[in-house]
Amino acid sequence: MTSQTNQPLYAARTPIFPRRVNGFFRRFKWWIMAVTLGIYYLTPWLRWDRGVSLPDQAVLIDLANRRFYFLWIEIWPHEFYFVAGLLIMAGLGLFLFTSALGRVWCGYTCPQTVWTDLFLLVERWIEGDRNARLRLHKATWDVRKWRLRLTKWAVWLMIAVATGGAWVFYFTDAPTLLRDLLSFDSHPAAYITIAILTATTFIFGGFLREQVCIYMCPWPRIQAAMMDPDTITVAYRDWRGEPRGKGNVKNRKAAEAQKAVAEAQAAGAGVARYAGTPYPGKEAQPATPPKLDIANEHGDCIDCMACVNVCPMGIDIRNGQQMECITCALCIDACDDVMARIGKPRGLIDYLALSDEPAERAGAAPKPLWRHILRPRTILYTVMWLLVGVGLLYALFIRSDIELTVSPVRNPTFVVLSDGDVRNIYDVRLRNKAGEERVFRLSLSSDALMRIALEGSDNLNVAVPADTTVLQRVYVTARAGDPAASADSTALRLWVEDVTAQIRASKATTFNGRGAQ
Amino acid sequence: MSKRKTDKVTGVETTGHNWDGIEELNNPLPRWWLWTLYLTIIWAIGYTIAYPAWPMISGATSGVMGWSTRANVAADIAAHENTNADLVAQLVASDMPALPEDPDLNRYAIARGGAVFRANCSQCHGSGAAGAKGYPNLLDDDWLWGGDVEQIMTTVRHGIRNTIDDDALYSEMPAFEDILEPAEIDAVVEHVVSLSSTEFDAALAEQGAVVYADNCSSCHGDAGLGMRDLGAPNLADAIWLYGGDRDTLRITVEKARFGVMPPWGPRLKEADIRAVSAYVHSLGGGE
Ligand code: SF4
Ligand code: SF4
Repeated sequence: MTSQTNQPLYAARTPIFPRRVNGFFRRFKWWIMAVTLGIYYLTPWLRWDRGVSLPDQAVLIDLANRRFYFLWIEIWPHEFYFVAGLLIMAGLGLFLFTSALGRVWCGYTCPQTVWTDLFLLVERWIEGDRNARLRLHKATWDVRKWRLRLTKWAVWLMIAVATGGAWVFYFTDAPTLLRDLLSFDSHPAAYITIAILTATTFIFGGFLREQVCIYMCPWPRIQAAMMDPDTITVAYRDWRGEPRGKGNVKNRKAAEAQKAVAEAQAAGAGVARYAGTPYPGKEAQPATPPKLDIANEHGDCIDCMACVNVCPMGIDIRNGQQMECITCALCIDACDDVMARIGKPRGLIDYLALSDEPAERAGAAPKPLWRHILRPRTILYTVMWLLVGVGLLYALFIRSDIELTVSPVRNPTFVVLSDGDVRNIYDVRLRNKAGEERVFRLSLSSDALMRIALEGSDNLNVAVPADTTVLQRVYVTARAGDPAASADSTALRLWVEDVTAQIRASKATTFNGRGAQ
Repeated sequence: MSKRKTDKVTGVETTGHNWDGIEELNNPLPRWWLWTLYLTIIWAIGYTIAYPAWPMISGATSGVMGWSTRANVAADIAAHENTNADLVAQLVASDMPALPEDPDLNRYAIARGGAVFRANCSQCHGSGAAGAKGYPNLLDDDWLWGGDVEQIMTTVRHGIRNTIDDDALYSEMPAFEDILEPAEIDAVVEHVVSLSSTEFDAALAEQGAVVYADNCSSCHGDAGLGMRDLGAPNLADAIWLYGGDRDTLRITVEKARFGVMPPWGPRLKEADIRAVSAYVHSLGGGE
């Protein structure tokens, strides 16, 4: 029998009020936010001259005409493998970064993180920092609370509309669409898309935040498969911090630390330990020996909760690796700040590899960074990523401006003419990817003697307008009595040639005779 | 009520469930998840009211939105017809032999004709228009009644040897088993074989030539080249509607052939008749 307890099946969300934090990683994240948002909002406005018949947009997904334009590259539907290849590269890149550096994608560039950060910025700007927000949360709904909440929601909504609005610009000429949107004669699909993306941005960025990362996103559960003890991830050096406690009186500690550093430096040993990894703009602080064993049983953590209060996921990193942690490193900044104030070296919480723990515990130097990052698994991901990339580049450069596909008509496989000649029909698609009309001349080459003729035309020239595909029926005839007329199949190659530009392309196919009868 | 237990390592309450010492932690789902479930249920109910959903004895509930795929398709078709109304009018008014000079209209006619063909003609002539025994191959260059687009249009409109349309193309070959002796039939068959083949019994064919001149040449011509006014096939080429071997030819001479095609004038729109004629003409044998 199990005990009968009254437990809830569903839990209300515990609101999180992340505190403001300053530091290297916070600044780095602001920069990344500026760059990624800039890319997102500005890309559709980049212009690119594509001639008269096409929109002058540098990046355009033209669903109606099934074309994808990226700067000078133009992808046709049959070249969709480029998009598939890029997606594979994105996937492999994510594997590579996760296995080397943990969830850097989540912590820095994931849209959910970027927009949540932006929304938090607004929230802090309007309602104040953590304590003020906590108080407001508990306050009754008076005029002030309503005013602050409504202001916040209004700003969020503006950001959300701008977010949804920017998305649709990728699919059609941006300036035209903007004008149509403002004068309310755009296609309903544009408004519906904007409405949906506005709603999701508003709800996900404003209200669901960490819930998206924990419950909706599959990545936290998948990424564990890419990480191992060598992965660099955010962790708490518990062997240095524990047992935590407020017993670390700031001044005494600082004095002792300085003394110990002087001693250690004089002895010239154990200097590297606990130094933490210096980052640009973040000075390497004087190293201290592991334990200042002077009538004090406490570790370096003073249990100030700064790391917990800044965490946007609402977790305590000192409890060890957790699925919720997005390695945003804000707790590193927060704790480094505390360490500086109590005169300890930075890096109690740090980007580190868990496999270094025994070495650090024993006072030995950790493995150098490159040894963590360069390992079979990351090398394999890199090689795979490069293979796909090089393959795509190669495919991009061998693409020709003219292309043809040949589909032999197999219903029927051949036609006998009244004079006994045997004729095959081919549906030839001629693709002109250039910006102007071109005239293609068709011809055939084969060991057998055969004639070529075009349906509805006296000559062998086909005019193909700019950026279009033309379907042309082609007749190939073998004389009665010729081996090709009676053989089961004969090899044949159809050629197209741009009459003026001297570009040729060809496709091999076969000619069906009457067979053995 | 027993006291709630808490897992030491995680600090999370357990559900009290215990399997061989392994305890289940109680990590409840977020409440908005539950709301989402309720919302989908409410949505589903509204959906079945708004749209056709519940199966009844005959048909299903029709929904308050008046939504119907059939009506949508009809509207789509009407919209298409509407956008193409210009082309249809041009096609109906066009001079058919000059159609290829207007590439847009020609492309439209052939595309539309292909659809008409697959729906109405492919049952006999095959989806690839290669025909079958007794049903002419429309891809080759041999035509019983003529292969220019005007003639094809006449054939489509009125059909062949049917009793429905008074203007149907009509001809009848007599059954010669009551007219000729068996030996004469053998001879005339050998003569017909000789018209298109190099392997034949010269003496017998010589006899047959006489029989042919008396009985067959009035329709099939002295040299066996056929006569399109009567739909009499060319016997000297490589194409046989029913087969060119001696046994088949003997049956043809003895019993005669009488291929019938229905008139499409009463069933197809004018634009469709023109379109399908343009399509057939474009298949490779058009004259
Ligand atoms: S911020 Fe640093 S010192 Fe403060 S509780 Fe967290 S780990 Fe301990
Ligand atoms: S514990 Fe929180 S603050 Fe620290 S890296 Fe993870 S998610 Fe960021």
